[in-house]
Amino acid sequence: MSDRPDGPADISAHFLSDRIAALYPDATVADADADEIADITDAELVIETGELVPMPQRVRADEDDPARESDIDRWGRSENLRALTRKLYDPLYKHWFRVEWEGFEHLPREGGALLVSNHAGAIPSDAPAIMHGIETELGRNVYGLAENLFRAMPIIGTLWSRSGGVPAHPDNAFRLLHDERQLVLVFPEGTKGTGKHYSNRYQLSRFGRGGFVEIAMRAGVPVIPIAVVGAEESMPIVFKSPRLAKMLGLPYFPITANMLMLGPLGLVGYFPAKFKIRVLPPVHFDVAPNQERYSRSRVMDESERIRRLVQDALYDMLRRRRSVWFG
Amino acid sequence: MRVLVTGLSTYWGGRVAQALEDRDDVEVVVGVDTRDPSVPLERTEFVRADSSYSILSRIVRATNIDTILHTHLIVDSTQTSGRTLHEINVIGTMSLLAAAGMAGSPVRRVIVKSSGLVYGSNYQDPYFFREEMPRTRPARTGVERSLLEVEAFLRDFADDNPHISVTLLRFANVLGNFIDTPFAHALRRSVVPEILGYDPRLQFVHEDDVVGALMYATMHDTPGVFNVAGDGNLPWSDVCAIVGKRRIALPPVLTSFANEVPRALRMWDLPPEALMLLRYGRSVDNSRFKRAGFRYRYSSAGTVEAFAQGLRLEGAIGDTNPTYKYQREVEDFFRHSPAVVRPD
Repeated sequence: MSDRPDGPADISAHFLSDRIAALYPDATVADADADEIADITDAELVIETGELVPMPQRVRADEDDPARESDIDRWGRSENLRALTRKLYDPLYKHWFRVEWEGFEHLPREGGALLVSNHAGAIPSDAPAIMHGIETELGRNVYGLAENLFRAMPIIGTLWSRSGGVPAHPDNAFRLLHDERQLVLVFPEGTKGTGKHYSNRYQLSRFGRGGFVEIAMRAGVPVIPIAVVGAEESMPIVFKSPRLAKMLGLPYFPITANMLMLGPLGLVGYFPAKFKIRVLPPVHFDVAPNQERYSRSRVMDESERIRRLVQDALYDMLRRRRSVWFG
Repeated sequence: MRVLVTGLSTYWGGRVAQALEDRDDVEVVVGVDTRDPSVPLERTEFVRADSSYSILSRIVRATNIDTILHTHLIVDSTQTSGRTLHEINVIGTMSLLAAAGMAGSPVRRVIVKSSGLVYGSNYQDPYFFREEMPRTRPARTGVERSLLEVEAFLRDFADDNPHISVTLLRFANVLGNFIDTPFAHALRRSVVPEILGYDPRLQFVHEDDVVGALMYATMHDTPGVFNVAGDGNLPWSDVCAIVGKRRIALPPVLTSFANEVPRALRMWDLPPEALMLLRYGRSVDNSRFKRAGFRYRYSSAGTVEAFAQGLRLEGAIGDTNPTYKYQREVEDFFRHSPAVVRPD
């Protein structure tokens, strides 16, 4: 598998000028790393009783470090905070949004996969719902990729990172998917999805520049498309103020229906739209992993194909939906 | 092996020279610095030089040095003025490389101690820097700029002298009970700073691992660039918890401005590079040096723990750092007097 040995001999060949040599040297994972990965997959599933939402406890090499005081992993994620969040969010998940899943069996029980979903709601409610569902029902961690702008925000950035958020840097995604074989959730629409007006609901925006496809190809993992219905109606944007957004340095400044009805409470008060989440069959790419670059047109084609899949699933789900509130 | 150590009188120069003296395969150790050595040395020959190392080519030629260990790059900007820092880092390295690369030079190996500061610290950074990844924002502080300049020289030097093997080691934040780094300094005080709302992931490397890594690179032929950092990373809040210190928050806006007050009160002395780290942190991928065969004794968290234990010992018995005063006549006597019996 390794055609690019990274031993000392190789380094001498193109010494310091190997800056760009290969952005992703084939991870001829060192022994220690291989053990770590084995640890992750073989991690025993211990279910604690008495918890509202039972969760498997994962043990990983660097958290095993006896010198550590907290449970924060190398990605800044805290399993204790996740557990607390799940406990608090569970009633909302079950009784407010009444989340229903279809095609849950398409989610892999092991190995890395890139989950790709549509994104909606001024303050998106889809990410927590997807993460909560998978973590409680599949018992696997989900790391959510998002704009690195979050990292720059005090308090919010720290909480975001503690609860499983990771800046969407290609190398971060590669490590999570390839080296650690985790589930990674990404919203290729980004803020174009969440910042769209209510009148454009369920109309998918551009899927970025297809970067997510390239990441999955490089990591050698499938993309699992996910379609979410309900998030659009939980916090619809009725008015946008580009001027305020510019002043505050935000990607958009929404006035939502929630704010109009509830005032400032509307920032956190979601409407009880019925959530339906459909997991589509995994999309595998027939390409060699770990390449330095992939054909741009191939990447764009695949990206567009996946966008179509999600869009078609959304239309199908909307055809079947009788009521926004009751599904 | 005939080794030249730059910055002999710094903490690292002294430690490395002591380690080199213990090895039978090292015939000669020559150390240069502007100041007197700060640790007792058995057989290392000390030569006083000016900070720009202008006499290096003479030393190299006269002693037939084959290995240069450049430990004298200043990475803690609180230690010197910007001008001295530039003189030592940039001009010093330039003369060093000029001496090493001159026609007929006997030098075959150059090992340089650089720092992870070259990666900077920014919210757009990847979570784990690999050696070939560039920083995401241009360097703004003098120490970072000088280190980048030094690394560029070294890159050119390696290209121009393919027969010389060049190793560049980039160290994470160093902690240890005998070395004064900005973080070690801050963690010795009763309260330590943080920036409100940020709890960055940081990496550390233990002073013993720094010496170990420099020695490993000297004794094994490992050309290339390598990150050196203890395994894993840990949030700043964890670091403070392990050391048992309380944190005071600096505001997230106008931070460097607000930092001036405690700095003037001598509560801590954090350079701008360290302040940036308290916001976004930095981690590097340390696997390349491990693949080259190096084994760490401490993880990042283990480094902090060892430091905390050392602090507790110090608290009980006082300063454990032995003092030493260099006296040229005494050293000369033991090294060169015919009266001294030397086992051969």
